[in-house]
Amino acid sequence: MNRITEAFGRRKALIPFVTGGDPDMDVTEKLIYTLADAGADLIEIGVPFSDPIAEGPVILAASDRSLRAGCTADKLFDLVRRVRRRTDIPLLFMTYLNPVFVYGSRRFMENCADAGIDGLIVPDMPWEERAELLDDCAACGVTLVSMLAPTSAERVRRIAAEAAGFLYCVSSLGVTGERREIDHTVAGIVARAREVTDVPCAVGFGISTPAQAGEMAALADGVIVGSAIVRLIAEHGADCLEPVGEFTRGLRAAID
Amino acid sequence: MEEGRFGVYGGRYIPETLMSAILELTAAYERWRSEPEFTGELAELLANYAGRPSRLYFARKMTEDLGGAKIYLKREDLNHTGSHKINNVLGQVLLAKKMGKTRVIAETGAGQHGVAAATAAALMDMECEIFMGLEDTERQALNVYRMELLGAKVHRVTTGSMTLKDAVSATMREWASRVADTHYVLGSVMGPHPFPTMVRDFQAVIGREIKEQMQAAEGRLPDVVAACVGGGSNAIGSFYDFIAESGVALVGCEAAGLGVTDPRNAATMANGSVGIFHGMKSYFCQDEYGQIAPVYSISAGLDYPGVGPEHAALLDSGRATYVPVTDAEAVEAFDYLSRREGIIPAVESAHAVAWALRAAPGMARDKIIVVTLSGRGDKDVAAIARYKGVDLHE
Repeated sequence: MNRITEAFGRRKALIPFVTGGDPDMDVTEKLIYTLADAGADLIEIGVPFSDPIAEGPVILAASDRSLRAGCTADKLFDLVRRVRRRTDIPLLFMTYLNPVFVYGSRRFMENCADAGIDGLIVPDMPWEERAELLDDCAACGVTLVSMLAPTSAERVRRIAAEAAGFLYCVSSLGVTGERREIDHTVAGIVARAREVTDVPCAVGFGISTPAQAGEMAALADGVIVGSAIVRLIAEHGADCLEPVGEFTRGLRAAID
Repeated sequence: MEEGRFGVYGGRYIPETLMSAILELTAAYERWRSEPEFTGELAELLANYAGRPSRLYFARKMTEDLGGAKIYLKREDLNHTGSHKINNVLGQVLLAKKMGKTRVIAETGAGQHGVAAATAAALMDMECEIFMGLEDTERQALNVYRMELLGAKVHRVTTGSMTLKDAVSATMREWASRVADTHYVLGSVMGPHPFPTMVRDFQAVIGREIKEQMQAAEGRLPDVVAACVGGGSNAIGSFYDFIAESGVALVGCEAAGLGVTDPRNAATMANGSVGIFHGMKSYFCQDEYGQIAPVYSISAGLDYPGVGPEHAALLDSGRATYVPVTDAEAVEAFDYLSRREGIIPAVESAHAVAWALRAAPGMARDKIIVVTLSGRGDKDVAAIARYKGVDLHE
């Protein structure tokens, strides 16, 4: 059993997101330890991209900060290698397709496997185009996570039937970012997915308070929280560890 | 060939949230593209609203001055709204209407596509919102006001380089947030399938007319068809009917800004490499880590770091050639055509004129070049004046 599946097997999974290299590599490394200590079950590390079309303003700005600070895929692989000396927590890269494609997808996956990345989330690669990475992921033992959206309709069953690791269920239309209210239509998506797969479902996009995290965790097997954490990093810079830790503990408490 | 692919290029690399809309659009286009109800209405609009067919004009003075190949100009600048963009938007907005959509959104660079989209939306009673990079709203202030006059809401995009690339990203984000009642009128032969195919089909009227008009004027096909390439819609529209005619050379003129060796250029074919961005696999200006490069051209409409996937395939196969043209050459061509023929071309189109100025003198007098003038240059007058150091503001 791989680390992702194990993590979901223990309890409702809390999956925080940070953009790698924002504000710098050193803080990202410390953030990973902070998040793990504060109750995260898996951690998503965003590979910064110049033009992230699925991101709202908060993560978009983080991506810009990270690139300006000189973050690259190679530096992120090194970061993960360092992190792996201290923690076994499942780590996923959330990356747009182009940085992987241009790096060379086989070489990218080999580095993922070598560094200790468990899975990949690629928001601009829909199920129909998964062949772009699937073989290289499989060859290197990197789990390719599929996404479902409120608009997936009859596609849910097809995508869910082939899912691995977990299903990333997008809570609402639009891009990443905090939302005051989250639609419960995602419950229907999760239910349809569960008809065809035992792979756990995690809900993301818009979850920004412990209350929302609790609500969504009740509907699914895990919750993904990105922009709310990234906003704290933006506000506090190198001093973000404490507020991020505290916020994450609040999420943990609300989910349990 | 696999659906939506041009060789290895094309595809639909977009967030899951947009997949249903893209599949719905693909199905609707397949259904309506050959329905007489649709094709009849579109033909009527193109004729009586857009003013097609556009003229194929023999540039006698230019030809005599250059002393080589005969030069004909395909006058897309004479279309309603002043560019070839109207061909595509009439098709897409009509299709959106058939699909029951009530709102259209679009990106724009120079503003030509935005103006065309706003025009078609006004005509067909659609709500319309346009996304335009802040830098472009400043370069093309008049077009912003023009869109607003037509009833569109213009959003100034302040992310990234604040130009066409960022406007496309912003429009994709907006589409993902409101997809049920909204159609994204993409302005070029780029983005996810079916856009590269659909937009090409709507623009192919340019090349079909060139063929007929050239037969009427000269009783034969031209030797070269040249057009400017940003995303590549007027170029593919001009080329498409000639792809099977191996005797006709196809030349795409891309924006080299300050020169292909200067970082400030937008010459995707000369400097780019294969990547996956904005829904498609194609050539992009990017770094070794796949970060999309900030590009530059005096022409807001060519200031884009990628190119449509069908052009990528035409480059690889060698069926078309792509040449870089600098700002300086484009401005010189802009001046030349204005003074020599009394036609002020869009600065985008001036890139293709510049290639003709370079190539025609070395060709025999019995050779024929067709240059597509994709748009008119009224929108560029202030920017060209500023380029030359004249302090002119709109």
